[in-house]
Amino acid sequence: MTGDLGFKTLEPLRNVLGNRFINAGVAEQNMISVAAGLTLEGMNVWVYSIAPFCYARPFEQIRNDICHHSLPVKLVGNGGGYAYGPMGASHHALEDYGSLLTLPTLRAYIPAFADDLCSLVPRLQDIENPAYLRLGRCEKPAGQDAGKYSPWRKLLPGNGIPLVLVGPIAGEYWKTCLELPEDARPTLWVLSELPVDDLDTIPGELLDQAIVQGLCIVEEHTAQGSAGQQLSRLLLTSNVLPRYFWHFHSVGYPSGTYGSQTFHRRESGIVARQVLDKLGFVS
Amino acid sequence: MSPSSGKNISDGLNSDSFRELSRTTRLRLLAMHYHAGVGHIGGNLSSIDTMLYVHHCLMKPEDVFILSKGHAAGALYVTLWTLGVLSDEDLDTFHADASHLPGHPPPGYFKDIPISTGSLGHGFPVASGIALARKLLQKSGQVFCLCSDGEWQAGSNWEALIFSRHHNLTNLVLLVDMNGLQGFGTTSATASLNDLKRHFETFDLEVVELNGHSFDSLKEMNALPNGKRAVYLLNTVKGKGVSFMEDRLEWHYLPLTIDLYQKAVRELRE
Repeated sequence: MTGDLGFKTLEPLRNVLGNRFINAGVAEQNMISVAAGLTLEGMNVWVYSIAPFCYARPFEQIRNDICHHSLPVKLVGNGGGYAYGPMGASHHALEDYGSLLTLPTLRAYIPAFADDLCSLVPRLQDIENPAYLRLGRCEKPAGQDAGKYSPWRKLLPGNGIPLVLVGPIAGEYWKTCLELPEDARPTLWVLSELPVDDLDTIPGELLDQAIVQGLCIVEEHTAQGSAGQQLSRLLLTSNVLPRYFWHFHSVGYPSGTYGSQTFHRRESGIVARQVLDKLGFVS
Repeated sequence: MSPSSGKNISDGLNSDSFRELSRTTRLRLLAMHYHAGVGHIGGNLSSIDTMLYVHHCLMKPEDVFILSKGHAAGALYVTLWTLGVLSDEDLDTFHADASHLPGHPPPGYFKDIPISTGSLGHGFPVASGIALARKLLQKSGQVFCLCSDGEWQAGSNWEALIFSRHHNLTNLVLLVDMNGLQGFGTTSATASLNDLKRHFETFDLEVVELNGHSFDSLKEMNALPNGKRAVYLLNTVKGKGVSFMEDRLEWHYLPLTIDLYQKAVRELRE
């Protein structure tokens, strides 16, 4: 299903699916409820829209009709964070997974790179609970291999504190850190699944590094409901105490002006060089 | 209590036996609400005859019923009680702690309650999804959806109406409880919805107006318009059957005192 979006993207899918491809029109509340009804009858439903139209407008339908029934509807929100840049605030999704993860049984998936979808999509097809798939622009540096998809991945070794990136923003950090010598850069990790609610899912190497050196997490999302909040809570309640804890996140529109995704990242202080500067890796 | 679908279709009802069924069920509804100390009685009494008729005289085992006006959950529970799906012991848990019978239909427990409702404007869109799935999967069975009249102030319902018309969901039967009262006034004073019939006709629905308390009138639903999308506007009275509740806004909310409960029971038994 699509909420009247997907021009020059979904046409091949529409051609393959035939009458199983439904343009529900500019009517997202109905689209989500219809998706619930289709799923109740045993159909495997994916719903696509620009991220804010996918989760914010029909939030109650997601809560009542999908999540209260634990229906395995796949919500696909394109353009997480500031990805729709100059389109303005209505098209940004700064609080999407934080809001949705308050709902029962839903999990959020935030692929960092285009290749991740080759693993994620087949997996989501068979899940038993609601899912939110947050899509963004792949920023993977040319010629680099991110390895096999997993919820936590080490992208780049370094000598400094571990830096955890949520979703596609990892690409920009990867590219920037490749320009730094290994002994003068952070270890880069990418996190692609939320909530972070089980210590056993976090790589032991990362936890060891956090205890000795500290931990930094960066994401294109508001602080409230963020991966950083989830991670800090989990660590504290598990009595795993990082030496330091830094959290860099979206702060909205501090200047009241609008621009590209990079402009908004810069205003939030989450561009790679800004964060690396604060952490003492570059000047 | 256990999830069940032990429906026993009683298609031999006539006007007299339906009236008796309606009376008995009303008494059980009032007892349940009185003992639970909760209101929402008026909208239950306006829609209870429709729910009884649809479940006893219209639905086949493969059909689905969606109660979009979830605040009439009590009427649905006692209707399922008349079918043997719920027991007296089940009804005694209405509104209690650890109950499967809360004030609005619960999610995922009863096969006969496929979707939880309570926030208005959800049932009809979900019903549209079920109906579309059945059409795509070539499954038989009608989807009946009972809404309130005030509920048609919700935009999601109009989204679903556009959608169901576009997909020509002839297996979806819309029922509207036209009791004329909503949460804080009459529907006409709140949003001038008196012309719902005309609005539905513009969506190419076959609109049929019925007396929502008359067996002989409700019987017209047995002749579902073949190949057409239908909506039944059920003219009803909020609080129907209890004189001091009839057409009174406050009985959208009020629980029964013991004196009023006894008075209502006396009326229904006479």
